[in-house]
Amino acid sequence: MPDNIHFRLNTASVEARVDAIQAAFEERGMKPAEFIDEFRELAEEKWLPENGARVCARAWTDPAFKARLLANGRDAVAELGLTMPAHHRHLVVLENSANLHNVIVCTLCSCTAFSIIGLPPDWYKDLEYRARVVRQSRTVLKEMGLELPALTEIRVWDTTADTRYMVLPMRPSGTEGWSEEKLAGLITKDMMIGVARIAGT
Amino acid sequence: MDGIHDMGGRQGFGRVRYALKAQTFHEPWEKRINALYSLAVKAGIFNMDEYRHAIERMEPRHYLSASYYERSLTSLATLCVEKGILTQEELERRAQGQFPLSMPSAPGRVNVPTRQTFKPGDKVRVRTDHVPGHVRMPGYIRGKAGVVVSESPKYPFPDAHAHGIHAEDEPTYDVRFNAGELWPNDADPAHVHVGVFQSYLERVS
Repeated sequence: MPDNIHFRLNTASVEARVDAIQAAFEERGMKPAEFIDEFRELAEEKWLPENGARVCARAWTDPAFKARLLANGRDAVAELGLTMPAHHRHLVVLENSANLHNVIVCTLCSCTAFSIIGLPPDWYKDLEYRARVVRQSRTVLKEMGLELPALTEIRVWDTTADTRYMVLPMRPSGTEGWSEEKLAGLITKDMMIGVARIAGT
Repeated sequence: MDGIHDMGGRQGFGRVRYALKAQTFHEPWEKRINALYSLAVKAGIFNMDEYRHAIERMEPRHYLSASYYERSLTSLATLCVEKGILTQEELERRAQGQFPLSMPSAPGRVNVPTRQTFKPGDKVRVRTDHVPGHVRMPGYIRGKAGVVVSESPKYPFPDAHAHGIHAEDEPTYDVRFNAGELWPNDADPAHVHVGVFQSYLERVS
């Protein structure tokens, strides 16, 4: 395909293309450098999976909070000082049990509740996960290291609208009396996406 | 549009390239482009539906070979050119090379006039519409039947919102599908839940 070869050979590098937009924004007084610094701080220090881990640990230790969380996730996380972008109008929390496993995906792009569970990892946005997990959920989870018992029901949640999802993992036994902070330390971003479970659950 | 971005259920892909504690960003420019498109949204140059649609409009070979953040970059540049903020000539002069943009947009649409309201437990079917512009209905549910599990707050209707057309906000319904009915004889047993806009659904009597 001559056109395709032409396209590849003369295309500016992605970095040069980003520089071009940034410089054009700069010239138009949009102050991109300042915004990039602000964004970097949000991405590195605010939108962290520790937020969601704290939400899960609170749900494990406070049944009334858990009930509010399952009824209206957005309002409940706000009690812990956590916010979501205005266009994320709804947070649905999906509770795992011994016989039920939830996993989230965005087959059309890469949507997540990023201010709560952290920005999505590379593989979440990649073609393989988006194509396969809706159709081959058990196989894909097994390939990713999560082998579920044959009788466990799997629910896959495709984030096609601006309603966002997070998985509430099962609290493992033997953690009675643990502090919320210690419990939160058990929970990872992958567990809140639903491609991992806490050992023994 | 039935674009290349509509990946759900496509076959032929290998294992997920998974690593524990995987990173979101790999190169410094990726964070910059994420910030720059966020800045454009904040500045009101375009909305998230327009942003998503401009990614979907990428020439398919470009879409498939581009990294996630190159897709962001292409959408941002395309929309800035279409909105008259920048020109492709300026971008190519600054980048000292070609700056590929997305393909032109097809017309959008307003809400389906005969849309119905549903409640949990209702049996529904996804309409068999083929939409030339932006749509948030993954192709794998087209024409398929499911059960309404819950209702979300109202959102801007993406098929209009991505095209600058005024339309009424609508709720999305969480619809539960059976993977075995979505892909008969060729899916792992599971329930697949999709947030489906009201305009995409009709009641099954």
